[in-house]
Amino acid sequence: MNIIIVGCGKVGQKLAEQLSQEKIHNITVLDTRYNVIQDLINQFDIMGVVGSCTDIDVLAEAGVKDANILIAVTGSDELNLLTCLMAKKTGNCQTIARVRRPEYSKELHIFKEDLGLAMIINPEQTAAAEMARILRAPSAIQIDTFAKGRAEIIKFKIGEKSPLEDVRIADIIKKIDSDILVCGVERGEDAFIPGGDFILRRGDLVSIVATLKSGVDFFKKIGFNTNRVRDTIIVGGGDTAYYLAKILLATGVKVKLVEKNEQRCEELCSKLPKATIINGDGTDNNLLLEEGLEYAQSFVSMTNIDEENILLSLYAKSKMEGKVITKVNRVSYDDVIDGLDLGSVIYPKNITADHIVKFVRAMNNSIGNNIETMHVILGGNAEALEFRIRENSKVTGIPLSEIKLKSNTLIACINRSGNIILPRGRDTIEVDDTVIVVTTNHGFNDIKDILE
Amino acid sequence: MNYKVVAHTLGWVMNIEAACMVLPLICAIIYREPEAMTFGISIAICLVLGLCLTLKAPKKKDMYAKEGMVAVALSWIVISILGALPFVISGYIPNFVDALFETVSGFTTTGASILTDVEALPKSMLFWRSFTHWIGGMGVLVFIVAILPLSGGANMHLIKAESPGPSVGKLVPKVKSTAMILYGIYLGLTATEIVFLLFAGMDTFSAITLTFGTVGTGGFGVLNSSVADYSNAVQIIITVFMLLCGINFSIYYMLLLGKVRDAAKSSELWVYLGVVALSIFAISINCSGLYETVGDTVRHSAFQVASIITTTGYGTTDFDLWPSFSKTILVLLMFMGACAGSTGGGIKVSRIVILFKSILKEVKLSAHPKTTYKLTMDGHIIEHSVLRAVNVYMAAYLMIFVLSLLIISLDNFDFTTNFTAVTATINNIGPGLSKVGPTCNFSQFSSLSKLVCIADMLVGRLEIFPILVLFTPHTWRK
Repeated sequence: MNIIIVGCGKVGQKLAEQLSQEKIHNITVLDTRYNVIQDLINQFDIMGVVGSCTDIDVLAEAGVKDANILIAVTGSDELNLLTCLMAKKTGNCQTIARVRRPEYSKELHIFKEDLGLAMIINPEQTAAAEMARILRAPSAIQIDTFAKGRAEIIKFKIGEKSPLEDVRIADIIKKIDSDILVCGVERGEDAFIPGGDFILRRGDLVSIVATLKSGVDFFKKIGFNTNRVRDTIIVGGGDTAYYLAKILLATGVKVKLVEKNEQRCEELCSKLPKATIINGDGTDNNLLLEEGLEYAQSFVSMTNIDEENILLSLYAKSKMEGKVITKVNRVSYDDVIDGLDLGSVIYPKNITADHIVKFVRAMNNSIGNNIETMHVILGGNAEALEFRIRENSKVTGIPLSEIKLKSNTLIACINRSGNIILPRGRDTIEVDDTVIVVTTNHGFNDIKDILE
Repeated sequence: MNYKVVAHTLGWVMNIEAACMVLPLICAIIYREPEAMTFGISIAICLVLGLCLTLKAPKKKDMYAKEGMVAVALSWIVISILGALPFVISGYIPNFVDALFETVSGFTTTGASILTDVEALPKSMLFWRSFTHWIGGMGVLVFIVAILPLSGGANMHLIKAESPGPSVGKLVPKVKSTAMILYGIYLGLTATEIVFLLFAGMDTFSAITLTFGTVGTGGFGVLNSSVADYSNAVQIIITVFMLLCGINFSIYYMLLLGKVRDAAKSSELWVYLGVVALSIFAISINCSGLYETVGDTVRHSAFQVASIITTTGYGTTDFDLWPSFSKTILVLLMFMGACAGSTGGGIKVSRIVILFKSILKEVKLSAHPKTTYKLTMDGHIIEHSVLRAVNVYMAAYLMIFVLSLLIISLDNFDFTTNFTAVTATINNIGPGLSKVGPTCNFSQFSSLSKLVCIADMLVGRLEIFPILVLFTPHTWRK
């Protein structure tokens, strides 16, 4: 597809990176800054145009007439909306706008309908929703849902005294008696799609496929906390914090919010009457201890400064047992951050980009691609793809044990009209199933691509 | 630096070269020449070396600007060395420096030769000589990017280092598609010219080899007299195609898309065509009386102007006998060269235009010191980095030129010979004046001078910086 990305800030760059990796799209980026564009076109296989996005000639140069999708992610909401509007009028493309001001968030559907937008994304709100989801299942580091929410890929860490330590993967089912499937293991910088003989070690990050019920069951059996958290301390009172507090309060979680700026505190007070707003410096450890950090079930650090968040989370981890979430806006040293014990790390720019990429993929499906959903898992080393089986082929109707798969590829889950099957050797794939495939290979577009 | 990626790229270059040598092999088989054996051995050597390097794909595929530059510069040196094998093995050019000169001259589309009797070569050798022009014209790495599934966006570094012009851009978002479009246009031009030449009554072999020399803007012919002995129709066809191949290929792409108005906006194109027209006019007037009819005069001057400005180097007449004014025009055209993004060499019309505009800017700034003034070209602002690159390019170009001139003067030829020898090699033209004029060749030079010329040809084709990066110790320091 022909895609135009307007605005090359954090999200724009991330989008350019992710979409160009899919190799099937023709991507053009547009920004007013010459140097940013130069850097991007040197890094990725894309074209760049320098100019103002509301200049009709510049949009034409970027190829708006032949574009399928235009994604506006400049820093300004109004500019994004205007660009989408102009693109819609001059070309015939789907438009996606980032609109982040909380005042607008109530009226999103109006914008969407009246301006003919295909999608509006609010990065703060999306990040908050993701955090709320993690707090609902505190043992997991990352959760990706498939099959309309019926199946999940859950990532967790093998901690001390875990019953899974030094266990062969093939023995897990015997030992734990739970219907789950290990689909990936990260150890240090390496990622594996393990076979039955693979032995788990302490410190491994394990990804499993499970249904909602079997996941909870499994976590109970290996002694993880499966209850959702009942209270939380949030440090930093930005927009994301506001959205998160709102979601959590609505589900009955007690929220304590620490914010430095007095005026902002008052603002938050009136917007979130049920929350406890504390006006103070979140980096003051006495204050945190006074507010009961040691007894809190969860802690979220989301000030505007990444370094501060990382240190806060490390401190919280040392003082408390509960779940810790760290927000990282800018820092791109993923490897280093992954090595630290920060609990779940949330990158708002990645979440925003992921959502848009999913939309692009869904659009691509309507023109003959069979991927329903796709998630990047194992720290970016593998993809989990959900294929819809539309017709009989070499993979249908025969037991999985007889299918020759490419190396590092695993059939993780079969969804047969709502029933989730975690496949074993004798199961088969049938027409109308959706199948989740986990692979470290890139560029699968059809279920037949899994064959050797 | 990521040596493995560079080695991998070099391996592919060797494989491609082996594949390219299959054509002269077929040619040798068709004409039942014993050189089939020579090409067989050469192919085997290229393949063995190439496969050694390409069998294992490198784990880390990072390619940054430095790796791109080094890979391109090394590739060109490697293809030249391996490309010289057939000449050496067959014994037609026994001296390796001579053979290397001939091959580098081929790949860089220079067309300067050390052979005194071209017609003595068997057909398959002549074919290989001309075919090197065709390969070098659009570039080996562009070809590799077009056909091989190498890793993503980093390939742009390869194309940037290999393609001529002050700012190399893409035609479409994907590098691979861009490279394919360029080669598509190139193939289209090649096929059209072959058909035209066949219609003009030329035999197939000459038509193909001359076309390679024309569209690659090279200049190797198959006769000692270059193009002079062919019919007028052939000469006119070649004139037109030389000029066509000196135009920026992105203009053809715009025309294919039907964007005639955008194509017509290119100031480089108009300057190029204007200079061509003006030069033909001036030379025709200056040379009137040298030839029998006015038609002949115009035909010869047009051919020579097209041949020189596109840096091809074919000749229909000995322009060394022309009056001084005409010769000077030709030498100046040698420096100007063709358009950026074409197959031609030289400094490039767009650089000249940018330099000219920046002079105007300085003049204006001297008179009104506080004026704000942005240079523009075709409606776009010329970024400072582009301007800086053009200025530095000119400085480096002049220094290398002067240094080469100094070394070559050791051979004790007259100044015109030395000056035009360097001019003709660094701008990838071929013939110069006096002792390296259209009827002479480079064989009288010493080996040292030939090596300098070889270096100049590579420097000219790759536009200086890749070669400089390769030979800077800083690049290799850990």
